[in-house]
Amino acid sequence: MAIDTNPIAMAAITSVGTAGMPRHHLAIFAALLVFLIAAPFLLYPVFVMKVLCFALFACAFNLLLGFGGLLSFGHAAYFGMASYVSAHAAKVWGLTPELAIVAGTLVAAVLGLAIGSLAIRRHGIYFAMVTLAFAQMVYFFSLQAAFTGGEDGIQAVPRGYLFGLIDLRSSEVLYFFVLAIFFAGILLIYRIIHSPFGQVLKAIRENEPRAISLGYRVNRYKLALFVLSATLAGVAGATKAIVFQLASLTDVYWTMSGEVVLMTLLGGMGTVFGPIVGAAVIVTMQNYLATFGDWVTIGQGLIFVVAVLLFREGIVGVLAKWIRKPL
Amino acid sequence: MFELLGIPPQVLFGQLLLGLINGSFYAVLSLGLAVIFGLLNIINFTHGAQYMLGAFGAWMLLNYLGVGYWWAVFIVPPIVGVTGIVLERLLIRRLYHLDHLYGLLLTFGMALIIVGFFRQFFGVSGLPYPPPPLLTGGHNLGFMYLPNSRAWVIFASLIVCLATWFIIEKTRLGAYLRAATENPTMVGAFGINVPLLVTLTYGFGVALAGFAGVLAAPIYAVNPNMGSDLIIVVFAVVVIGGMGSILGSILTGFGLGLIEGLTRVFYPEGSAVVIFVIMALVLLVKPAGLFGRSA
Repeated sequence: MAIDTNPIAMAAITSVGTAGMPRHHLAIFAALLVFLIAAPFLLYPVFVMKVLCFALFACAFNLLLGFGGLLSFGHAAYFGMASYVSAHAAKVWGLTPELAIVAGTLVAAVLGLAIGSLAIRRHGIYFAMVTLAFAQMVYFFSLQAAFTGGEDGIQAVPRGYLFGLIDLRSSEVLYFFVLAIFFAGILLIYRIIHSPFGQVLKAIRENEPRAISLGYRVNRYKLALFVLSATLAGVAGATKAIVFQLASLTDVYWTMSGEVVLMTLLGGMGTVFGPIVGAAVIVTMQNYLATFGDWVTIGQGLIFVVAVLLFREGIVGVLAKWIRKPL
Repeated sequence: MFELLGIPPQVLFGQLLLGLINGSFYAVLSLGLAVIFGLLNIINFTHGAQYMLGAFGAWMLLNYLGVGYWWAVFIVPPIVGVTGIVLERLLIRRLYHLDHLYGLLLTFGMALIIVGFFRQFFGVSGLPYPPPPLLTGGHNLGFMYLPNSRAWVIFASLIVCLATWFIIEKTRLGAYLRAATENPTMVGAFGINVPLLVTLTYGFGVALAGFAGVLAAPIYAVNPNMGSDLIIVVFAVVVIGGMGSILGSILTGFGLGLIEGLTRVFYPEGSAVVIFVIMALVLLVKPAGLFGRSA
């Protein structure tokens, strides 16, 4: 039932083991860090922060799909709910930004535990439908609950003072806070993938009955992965609420769940760096095509169709094939 | 007049009737999904868009060609079915050898494209579709007022559902279809054109969605987004019922519509989520679904 991820990327997991990072991964991480430190001086910082939030969201989603073989069609629930809670915590409770993000993340984790423990009872297509349906339930809850502000969302969220000390109102200062969160997030995901836990997940994805026969409690592993993925999606959503000073229904709607699937598919499922590239492409496209209204939706649909039919490895998957190294 | 828990019977029966209408759409749509899933093993995410196409088809016939509702009921579903057949032949066919999740992603992309185009050209405000004369007015049943348009939707959905059940369970074509669901290779070896059967099945399932769309046109506004949220609820209906049985899909659809209507009477805030809550309970108690065979 596993979705066929890039075989080269898979080989990486076996060749690296738990020891350390292969040299070219280290080089890419270093180059990425250098580029991202320089980025706010070259590009509009708020735009780059948006890319970073969505890239972390897509990486969290890819952890579940690419490395666990579980297609969730409802990841907007964790992203959006964390965004609401973080916005509410910062605005109404007056928490500092880092505590607001922690609050949002915790709620996403609990929500992930609740939905995940039900969803893992079904497999494959049913799993996707169940997660989508529960996410829609979260959407209806957000539409009706008092604290979310309904159609208006939570607006004018204060960016506040980091640790109560550093003023984040300047986008340049905030940028480095977001960069730190993003980088910590993807390094954590990298660590999870290459840990013994990640190896077991790989075994489950490739052959679940066999993993069961070897004595692994498969459902616990799946649930743990689901919660981790939901939690990290929550980090991304909570951070986005602080950056844009806004939490709205867009973040919990099913279109958001579709977008994160698209970013991951386009960048390369089961690759480490693919979702980052996919998120950058999609967010850029949305930014430049924003004035064309529904053509953005049509464009996203076209990318979906083309990617599924012709381009299943994704951008980074194809690159990995060219250089014959896992990315 | 009697009252139940302080709720006047007109309100109660009115909401139950609305629930039954929603249930009709759940039943026809989940039936189409189940028929498609049985043979193609994909979940047709485009189903909501194809339901919308049915409603727009009826609207276009009326506004561009002056063709009325009763013709549309017969003309539009085959047309929508043919668009489905084209999509199956051109795109979906290429994915059968891959993991079924790719089918979900492809049909999701197709839904985005179709809905996007209709939003671009028709806006999102919704277009009115005047009900035909026969469907205006209604009957007073004593305990409630039954509008003709509502009665027709329930009647027509029931007929279509039962006809579908009859075709699949009682005819030779249906026997081929059931056999191909169990073992396509074996059925092919007996000289039956399985790829053609697959194409026709997809077309038929899509035509059911188109039919639901035509039924919806006079009661709801014709809107590009009309299928997007509905299809997610239908997914939950499918999870609750399981896709193993045709009658099961029909019963689950109507039943959940009624429960939703009841919830709207006694706890209106919960009516939007009650189906999802039931889905959670079913997953806890009987993960394969009420009528499902364990996957």
